[in-house]
Amino acid sequence: MMLSVQDIRAEYRNGQLVLDNIGFSLDRGRTLAVLGPNGAGKTTLLRCINGLMKPRHGVVRVEDIDVLNLHPNAIAHRLGYVAQRHEVGRVKVFDAVLLGRKPHMVWSPSRADLSKVSGALDRLGLRSLALRYLDELSGGELQTVCIARALVQEPSVLLLDEPTSSLDLKNRLDILALIRRIVREHRMAAVITLHDINLGLRFADQLLFLKDGRVFAQVEPDALKAETVAAVYGVAVDVVRHDGQKVVIPRISVEPPTFKQKNKETP
Amino acid sequence: MSHLNQGRIPSAYAAYTRRKTKVVAALMLLCAVLFFAALSLGAVHVPLREVIRALLGLETTGYWGIIVRDIRLPHALAAFLAGAGLAAAGAAMQSILRNPLGSPFTLGLSQAAAFGAAFAVMGLGAGVMQSTQTDAVTVARSGLTALTAFGACMAAALIVIGIGRLRGATPEVLVLSGVALGSLFSAGTMFLQYFADDVQLAAMVFWTFGDVGRAGWREVGYMAAVVGVGVAFFSINRWNYNAIDAGDQTARGLGVRVERVRLMGMMVAAMLTAVIVAFLGVIGFVGLVCPHIVRRIIGDDHRFLLPATCLTGSALLLAADTIARLVLAPHVLPVAVLTAFLGAPAFLYLLIRRSVGS
Repeated sequence: MMLSVQDIRAEYRNGQLVLDNIGFSLDRGRTLAVLGPNGAGKTTLLRCINGLMKPRHGVVRVEDIDVLNLHPNAIAHRLGYVAQRHEVGRVKVFDAVLLGRKPHMVWSPSRADLSKVSGALDRLGLRSLALRYLDELSGGELQTVCIARALVQEPSVLLLDEPTSSLDLKNRLDILALIRRIVREHRMAAVITLHDINLGLRFADQLLFLKDGRVFAQVEPDALKAETVAAVYGVAVDVVRHDGQKVVIPRISVEPPTFKQKNKETP
Repeated sequence: MSHLNQGRIPSAYAAYTRRKTKVVAALMLLCAVLFFAALSLGAVHVPLREVIRALLGLETTGYWGIIVRDIRLPHALAAFLAGAGLAAAGAAMQSILRNPLGSPFTLGLSQAAAFGAAFAVMGLGAGVMQSTQTDAVTVARSGLTALTAFGACMAAALIVIGIGRLRGATPEVLVLSGVALGSLFSAGTMFLQYFADDVQLAAMVFWTFGDVGRAGWREVGYMAAVVGVGVAFFSINRWNYNAIDAGDQTARGLGVRVERVRLMGMMVAAMLTAVIVAFLGVIGFVGLVCPHIVRRIIGDDHRFLLPATCLTGSALLLAADTIARLVLAPHVLPVAVLTAFLGAPAFLYLLIRRSVGS
C-alpha cells in the first residue's frame, strides 16, 4: 500500500475537534478526491497527512514508513504538497521549480538537480516558460509550475489542496488530467481536495466524503449515489450517467428565492 | 524513486545564472574601487600608489602611512562591514517577514538603540561633552553608550521575538509588535530629551547621527566577527528564505520549519543591527533600500540576492563615507545623511524605470 491513513484525530488549539477517526488507504497509481462542504476538514486532513499540523492521534504510513515521526525534510522526500495559495515573487519558473529539489540539496543544486528540473519542465510542457517570472504567468500556468515543483521532490505521494479553485473550466480539466497522468505514469498516489464533485467523478479513482470532520462515505465513482451527496451537502441532487460516467446534477428550485421586503413606515 | 527523465538544462537558464554571477562580480569590483577611493580621498589626498605601499607596510612619504593605516583603513573597513551587515539584515528581515518594509527601523531596533544611548547620556552620566579641534562633539563615555544602546536593541528584539513565540510567529504579528515597540522607544527618547539640559540634549542628538568615523580597530574586530557569522548564517538559510518567499505552507511542505527559521533569522538580524548601531549610531536606509535595489536588478533568489545586497550595502556606505569627507572638507558630515542622499535617487530611478517598463 502506498499511503495508509489510520484513525486520524485532530483538534484546534482551543480544543475544538476538527477531524475524528479518519482512515483510508491508497494504492500506487491511484487518486483519491476528498470532498465535502466548507469546514468539513478537507484542508486540515491534508495538513495532518503531511505533518504540517500535528494530529492528536493517528498514523500516516507511506510505503510502510510512519511519516509523522520523521524530520520535516524526510517527510518532504516522501510527500509532495501543493498548497492552496501561492506567493509569486520576482522568481523565474526554472528557479521556482528548482526549489522543489530543496529537500535533496546540501548546499547548491547539482547538475542532476538541474537536469531533473529540466525533465519536469519538459514533462509538463513548461520549457518555453522556463525564463518567465512567476508574476507573468496565468493561473493555469502557475498551478502547473507548483505541480512541477512538487514533482521534482520525487515524492511517493502528492497532496494537492484545491488545485483547481482559481482556474477556469478548461484549466481545471487540463490540470486534473495532468495530475492523473503523472500519478499513473510515475506510479505515485495522490490525494486531492476538491469542491466540484463532477471533477472528482471524472478524474479520481476513489471519493472520500467528509462531513463535520468525519468520513461520511468512501466510494468509487461508479458507486456514488444521490442520497450520499444529498446527505453530505444538504442539497437534493440527481446522479445520472452521461457518456459512460456518472454526473451529479443539483435539483434547481423552480420557485426563485423570495426575500421579505421591509415595509417603509410612514412617520 | 526517480520519476523524471534527465532533461537538458536550457542554455538560456545557464546564461541567466551567469549574468547574475557577473552582477555579483561587478559589485565586488565596485567595492574594491570604492574601498581604495575611501583610503585615498579626503581632506588630504593620498596617491593610490602610496595607499598600496601603506597597506603593504612599506615606507611612505610624510604622514600618508599613518593617515591610511591608522585613520582611514579602520573607517573604510567599518563602512564595508556595516554596509554589508545592515543590508544583509534588511534582506533577511524582508524575506522572513514577507514584508517589503522589513528593516531595523520597522522592528523598532534603531529606535530602541537611540533610546539606550539617550538613557546612557542622561541616566548613566555618559553625556559629558568634549569639544574637538574641528568643533565636533563627542559622547565622552562611548563604550558605555554603545553597551546601553546594544542592550536596548537586543531587549527590543527579544520582546518582538517573545511576542512572536507567544502569538505564533506570523509576519504580521512581528511587524506590528516592532512598530508598537518603535513608537514606545521613540516616546521614551522624547521624554528623556524633554528633561535633558542642552548639553545632554546635544549629546543624545549627536549619537543618533550614524558615523563610521567612530570606529577604531577594536570596533572593527567585533563587527567583523558578528557580520561574518551573520552573513554566513543567512547564506546557509538561503534556500529556506526562497521557500518562505513561495508561501509558508509551501515552505513547510518542502521541509522548512518556518517558525524556527523566522525566529532565528530575526535573532541574528537583530544581533547584527544591534552591534553596528551600538558602535556607529543610527544608519538608516541601507537595510531598507539596498535589498530592494538588488531585487530589481537580479530578482528574489537569495543565492544571488544575499551576496549582491551585502556588496551593495558596502558600496553605498563606502561611497557615502568618502563623499561625507570630501563635500565640506575639512568638516566631516555624518555618513547617515549621505546614504539617503545617494541611495534614494538610485532607488527612485529603478522604481520609475520598472513602472514605465511594465
